[in-house]
Amino acid sequence: MTQYLMSVYGPAERTDFGSYPSEEAMNQAMADTGAFNERLQEQGYWVYANGLEAATTATVVDGQNGEPVFTDGPYLESKEYLGGFWIIEAPDLDVALKLAAEGSKACRGKVEVRPFASM
Amino acid sequence: MTDVAEAITRVHREEWARVVASLTRRFGDLDLAEEMAAEAFAVAVERWPTDGVPPNPGGWITTTANRRAIDRLRRESRRDDKQKEAQVLYEGDGPERLGAIDDDRLRLIFTCCHPSLAMDARIALTLRMVGGLTTPEIGRAFLVQEATIGQRITRAKGKIKAARIPYRVPSTEDLPARVAGVLTVLFLVFNEGYLSSDPEREPVRGDLTLEAIRLTRLVHALLPADGEVAGLLALMLLTEARRSTRVSASGELVTLDEQDRGAWDAALIAEGHALVWEQISAVAAGRGRPGRYQILAAVNAVHTSARDVRDTDWSQIVALYDQLARIDPSPIVALNRAVALAELDGPEVALALVDRLDLDGYHAYHVTRADLLRRIGRSAEARAAYERAIDLATNTAEVAYITRRRDQLGIA
Repeated sequence: MTQYLMSVYGPAERTDFGSYPSEEAMNQAMADTGAFNERLQEQGYWVYANGLEAATTATVVDGQNGEPVFTDGPYLESKEYLGGFWIIEAPDLDVALKLAAEGSKACRGKVEVRPFASM
Repeated sequence: MTDVAEAITRVHREEWARVVASLTRRFGDLDLAEEMAAEAFAVAVERWPTDGVPPNPGGWITTTANRRAIDRLRRESRRDDKQKEAQVLYEGDGPERLGAIDDDRLRLIFTCCHPSLAMDARIALTLRMVGGLTTPEIGRAFLVQEATIGQRITRAKGKIKAARIPYRVPSTEDLPARVAGVLTVLFLVFNEGYLSSDPEREPVRGDLTLEAIRLTRLVHALLPADGEVAGLLALMLLTEARRSTRVSASGELVTLDEQDRGAWDAALIAEGHALVWEQISAVAAGRGRPGRYQILAAVNAVHTSARDVRDTDWSQIVALYDQLARIDPSPIVALNRAVALAELDGPEVALALVDRLDLDGYHAYHVTRADLLRRIGRSAEARAAYERAIDLATNTAEVAYITRRRDQLGIA
């Protein structure tokens, strides 16, 4: 089995409803994502998943040289930021891609699939 | 070439993919499979001249490659604790299951054409792993530097390994989408052979067209009900049937209307026509809808049915391009439709359509325009269009043809 990171990217600009256009759309996406998460758990693919606060809440820390330096904001400036992720365990990429397609549909976002380096 | 050298060349062509596929299934590692297959052929080159060609050369190569792979894994196991894995591999796989071999090769094609790989990597990997072409050969075929091709192959293999792209034919539900990618790769290989873009090589490359046909046959044999696979095979066969007549003795491209139709390969045409008819009946019976390759095959069936260019059923060809334009409204389809329309409604009508297309960087667009302009007597504009086409074309036979056309304008 291989562990995969499924990252969801969304626009930097967020409304009161996150990256969704309306409250209904947000609630529907949340419900669909919840159902998808349950299925991942039931079928044994689940490792961990969560959503992130807006990229503006990020702080970059550089502790490499003596006194650590703290900088407000995300490490990379971008129009789209990581909004949440799943970590799943799957036998191969085809299974992971199928799950990513379902996850993408549920959360209404594009999903990047990337394997973890095997130890 | 000596008999032994000939035998090795033949076995390499016929058995390479089979050996790589069976090693990949057994060891789950493309790199290892390829290296050991190459080593086994190297051993054959060394031994067969003195020992003689074995009665079952393909089996000999597979056995030798398998032994070398196991030796390699054993050696490595002393270093990095893969002993158990090697033992499992050694004991876990019984004698080769007959009948599963061809499926193995198809699995290899689908692995090399996985949608997670970039299209150029899919092409390079398919030619290397399934076609047995070397990196310089692939580089030359696609006008790309050897080092770049090498990097693409290495990166693709790395992704297959790290992301665990499975070595299998995709499940039924994924198949239509995956087959489309495989067919794109095979068609690109065929086209590069049919009209080579490399000015350093012969203008028509039978090695590539035949390889593409061989692989498409394989896909067709395993997915006989897929209309587009049959369509692509028919398209390739009907195009290949004309290959020997496409370049003149002086190395100039010969267009369809000037080709010696008596020299077309009748067997390939018969086979291609049979496939097209099969598809037409299937569609008539409500089994599927014709896609791009089936329509293009039908166009070629109309061309190859005519004994003379004047006998060609141009209205049928225009109707087929209309059908193609509905599923693929691209300017290239519109350009090909206009060429047929010129035969039906005259060059003025066709030129009006062509002038609206945005294809300035495409040499065939300028050749078509030049030809239409020439036919309606606008020589100066025709000359300019031929010049532009000469600048853009890379195929030597095509450049020679366009140049002659331009020069004929000067005399007139």
